[in-house]
Amino acid sequence: MTMDAPSNAVLEPVATARPPHPVAEFWYHFRQNTGAVAGLVVIVLIAVLALGADVIAPHSPIAQYRDAILTPPVWADGGSWRFILGTDDIGRDVLSRIFYGARLSLLIGLIVVTLSLAVGLGLGMVAGFVGGMADTIIMRFMDILLALPSLLLAVVVAAILGPGLFNAMLSVSVVVIPHYARLTRAAMMAEMSRDYVTASRVAGAGPLRLMVIVVLPNCLAPLIVQATLGFSTAILDAAALGFLGLGAQPPTPEWGTMLASSLQYLQRAPWVVTWPGVAILVTVLAFNLLGDGLRDALDPKLKR
Amino acid sequence: MLRFVLTRLGLVVPTFLGVTFLSFILIRLVPGDPIEVRMGERGIAPERLAMLRHELGLDRPLWQQFADYVGGVLSGNFGESLVTHNPVLSEFITLFPATLELALFAMLFAVAVGLPAGIIAAVRRGSVFDHGIMAASLTGYSMPIFWWGLLLILLFSVFLGWTPVSGRLDLLYYVEPVTGFMLIDTWLAGDMGAFRSALHHLLLPAVVLGTIPLAVVARMTRSAMLEVLGEDYIRTARAKGLNDRRVIGLHALRNALIPVVTVIGLQVGTMLGGAILTETIFSWPGVGKWLVESINRRDYPALQGGVLLVATTVMAVNLLVDLLYGVLNPRIRHGRG
Repeated sequence: MTMDAPSNAVLEPVATARPPHPVAEFWYHFRQNTGAVAGLVVIVLIAVLALGADVIAPHSPIAQYRDAILTPPVWADGGSWRFILGTDDIGRDVLSRIFYGARLSLLIGLIVVTLSLAVGLGLGMVAGFVGGMADTIIMRFMDILLALPSLLLAVVVAAILGPGLFNAMLSVSVVVIPHYARLTRAAMMAEMSRDYVTASRVAGAGPLRLMVIVVLPNCLAPLIVQATLGFSTAILDAAALGFLGLGAQPPTPEWGTMLASSLQYLQRAPWVVTWPGVAILVTVLAFNLLGDGLRDALDPKLKR
Repeated sequence: MLRFVLTRLGLVVPTFLGVTFLSFILIRLVPGDPIEVRMGERGIAPERLAMLRHELGLDRPLWQQFADYVGGVLSGNFGESLVTHNPVLSEFITLFPATLELALFAMLFAVAVGLPAGIIAAVRRGSVFDHGIMAASLTGYSMPIFWWGLLLILLFSVFLGWTPVSGRLDLLYYVEPVTGFMLIDTWLAGDMGAFRSALHHLLLPAVVLGTIPLAVVARMTRSAMLEVLGEDYIRTARAKGLNDRRVIGLHALRNALIPVVTVIGLQVGTMLGGAILTETIFSWPGVGKWLVESINRRDYPALQGGVLLVATTVMAVNLLVDLLYGVLNPRIRHGRG
């Protein structure tokens, strides 16, 4: 960063190099992390496939081609270009189902992150801002949620709400709330003692203004990172619930559900099981790479 | 030291009560009556329903039910399974050694591979090894382990035929359970064939369950080592002319291990969650598979007791890690303790 402003700048403004715009600075640091850029590219690609599934996918995700049951992928013996990644046990095109599954997985990530972020942010802000009893009660409750293994809690909540995609999203959201609440609270408490907060309090800012407009923007960096990583947790956990039969129900082309419903063809037709898993792995990996890159680019302590 | 232990214990009590309340209330949130839901479409005669409800105490006020539940839990009564009519606690105790054996082996695998990998990555920072190890560990960290398990079964059990697909022991063998740990029991029985069989059954599930902890341990070891290697005393040790092995193995590793041990402790919860998936894939007769089966059979009392017992285990391990940490590191014991 440029720190070459002369000391007599007050008397005679000298043309100095303007500090780079925060976004430009962020992009500069982000771009140096090849992994993160790769992650971003993959995510954009998946998003394009997901949004354009209607146009790009060669077949309907639920169309059953009874003449082509368990067709192997194109490069294997007996495969054809008609079904590039093969078909499943009732003759549905695996590739098309994966494209439509991408739509679901991104949607799951988006909804879970939005829901849990909104609730966690609210709870964390109140705990960090109000303190005292409210803080104790909220954080003790978060500790209780954290005492249960996250997948177990999600499984139990899904079992209680009943299987289904929406309930699975809800239960995964509940499980990750404490992470956001803790992060927000910690960031909030660190900021509350700063001078600029006191200044705007003295200037007469009300609690809501202080919380949301003054302090919150300065707490966002760790939350952005956590939210990005939250996409991968959400996609993984929702797929795990689908795999256990507690998530999306067949014939929904959700990746975990696809895996579970073709389990008995593992030996005869490995491709039915392989590709949904590859899709999950690639998507989750991309979000993790992006999250790591964001953390490095947004954390001022790591910058040179 | 005593004060430190007491404060830590004091913090656990409200959390334990909270988890007890949570497991109690979650089951009450099931839409409809647990008994009616379980009976499903067959239905149930009103008199029999009333009798069953009375038997389970469901006809009493909620606060009284909760008080009874807590009272029961404190005296070791975690309820009774609707299916087997066995006490939940005894079912849990029968199955827990299987999960524990699996988890311990998974952790052993994770540490045995993750620790050296992290050290190599840190010492050869920026090299091909470093990039390779970090890429592999991020992949492992992103792995959907239920799929990973299937792939390994496909490769090692189906194509290569090296390992069995499921269970803990071949049907050929029978070993009287003594400790519940199949490896120890077969060893005690002196049956080498059974011991080998048990070991073969354990390998794949342990690798699958250990994959995510392995990635976490490798990443944590690398960053802790990098931090320590930049310290002055490392430079001093090098300046004294100590060889690399001594500097890294003795001076650096010892100090880098503190955060790594903490992370290992924190992985216990993750592993008990992962056990749900791993045990389901490998038909491993442990607590995770039992919980999933309880859900499928709508055995809510078993689910309630099981959730509480698993949560208690996690809390106990976390407490143990905390206390150990205090013993190892006096700064924590005297500081914020």
